[in-house]
Amino acid sequence: MKSRTPGLTPARPLGLKAGRTMHAGPVTYVVLALFTAVSLAPLIWTAIAASRTSGRLAQTPPPLWFGGNLFKNLERAWTEASLGDAMLNTTIVAGSITIGTVLFSTIAGFAFAKLKFKFSGLLLLLTIGTMMVPPQLSVVPLYLWIADLQWTNQLQAVILPTFVSAFGVFFMRQFLLQALPSELIEAARMDGASSLRIIWHVVFPAARPAMAVLGLLTFVMAWNDFLWPIIALNQSNPTVQVALNSLGTGYIPDRAVIMAGALLGTLPLLLAFILFGKQIVSGIMQGAVKG
Amino acid sequence: MSETAEYAETASPGEGDAAPAASGRRKASPTSSWRSRLYRWDIKASPYVFVAPFFLFFGAFGLFPLLYTGWASLHRLELTNLDDSTWLGLENYTNLLQSDYFWNALGNTFTIGIISTVPQLAVALGIAHLLNYKLRGSTLWRVAMLAPYATSVASASLVFTLLFAWDGGMVNWIIGSVGIDPVNWRESSWGSQFAVSSIVIWRWTGYNALIYLAAMQAVPHDLYESASLDGASRWQQFRHVTIPMLRPTILFTVVVSTIGATQLFGEPLLFGGTSGSKGGADHQFQTLGLYLYDQGWINGHLGRASAVAWLMLVVLLLIAAVNLLIARRLRKAQ
Repeated sequence: MKSRTPGLTPARPLGLKAGRTMHAGPVTYVVLALFTAVSLAPLIWTAIAASRTSGRLAQTPPPLWFGGNLFKNLERAWTEASLGDAMLNTTIVAGSITIGTVLFSTIAGFAFAKLKFKFSGLLLLLTIGTMMVPPQLSVVPLYLWIADLQWTNQLQAVILPTFVSAFGVFFMRQFLLQALPSELIEAARMDGASSLRIIWHVVFPAARPAMAVLGLLTFVMAWNDFLWPIIALNQSNPTVQVALNSLGTGYIPDRAVIMAGALLGTLPLLLAFILFGKQIVSGIMQGAVKG
Repeated sequence: MSETAEYAETASPGEGDAAPAASGRRKASPTSSWRSRLYRWDIKASPYVFVAPFFLFFGAFGLFPLLYTGWASLHRLELTNLDDSTWLGLENYTNLLQSDYFWNALGNTFTIGIISTVPQLAVALGIAHLLNYKLRGSTLWRVAMLAPYATSVASASLVFTLLFAWDGGMVNWIIGSVGIDPVNWRESSWGSQFAVSSIVIWRWTGYNALIYLAAMQAVPHDLYESASLDGASRWQQFRHVTIPMLRPTILFTVVVSTIGATQLFGEPLLFGGTSGSKGGADHQFQTLGLYLYDQGWINGHLGRASAVAWLMLVVLLLIAAVNLLIARRLRKAQ
């Protein structure tokens, strides 16, 4: 597959065919099928376990096919473990973070890629450097802060600290370096367009494919974020991950309901994968960073 | 790199242009001079305005807390009384360095890091090699390999906890069917560390395979052609062409995985169930990340938790330095 969008991989010299074109033999297919089975089996088994009863899950051998309790278990997870509320919360949180990250990354990435200004090199280096700082290093002050503002258990406490992303800025810069012809900006300038008009009429249209990919990656990351939401929120107003954590620590000791919760917490992302799998894959191949 | 330098600040406007234009020739009109000044200001200031949101948010929620954590680590700061902090100097640090649980957590982080990162990257390299062949339905394979990446830490850990359960767990059933005695995956030291690592391996192998695949596709085809002309087998091509060309990418994934391993938190927390923050009854899989959470939010010693955070940074820097040294040694050996 050739990614339609230039990314972090070094540019190929023109006229030089890159990659291997050898066709896969049957052994390759067998081995790949094996790995695919390993990567999908836990997901499928989650659904199987969610459709059984807790008692059946404690017996040997474990169930290998679906039972009849799926909807009952999903309903219990939805109401008793308040996963319904949690999913709404997570949608708000991940949605806001995605909008903020994509918007601010695009304009900052544009500035770094196409505008000349003092200290731009240093600032870009600083941006990339921030990716190395572990989140554990800020949780204590952030906690003191939200306690002071009486934001504990409120969604903005989870949204604001991850509202921008250094990776996003770098990702958009790499894309816009190649995807946005400088002549286009120059022409707009000649016409007397202000910087804001250029952002709106030139940068955003050119950046749209990369904005979509960054949006997907950010949404997945924000949906799955764990450490900070667990500290900042509790069971009264949880995100999905916080709700799943309390499920796991014996809030509801029913194994089948726990599995129904795990299934519910993953379902939206799996749907996104089925719909946009190709874009997510190409986005990661352009050089994503573990979040 | 970008070619466009600063745009001419006196770009001449098109004739009869209605748009706000900046023209040196129209200085006579006061509005035009005002506009021209505005335009010049726009050119100068807008780059800073565009990067400002990132740095404002990062300063507030990243840099400031980072430094504040250092300050907090020198104080006694309790969860029960957030307004009261007493200066301790380095006492939090000396206490930690004398605590068996801290060294236990450091050791666990190290062993779990090794047994999750090494197989993960090795298998990812193999999968990437296979995905690099001309395949039918290549996108489908890639999406399937990446599906675990979409699964959250929490969901994945809950599922694996059940797969590794003592009674009725899939893993014990499978090893039992080939005649191996069931293992108590939660209580035994190596068993629990293996189980926690398997969650990490499962979630990240496909992701790393895609990173390797991207790098493999950038390797010039000629290199393989000349290698096969020299009579190199497929394995020799993989070993002597692919791996050396991938070295920067491999180093990148090693660094990123190491950072991830140092911060390991969600997997052991959920795998431990009710004793999650302790990392099991005997702290047998308590990682540094868990230890920080346990100290800060279960025991309520936020100052001490801050000291753990700074020690984690020290560990990370040490590992980065070692990585760098190894990379340099490898390059020289080449």
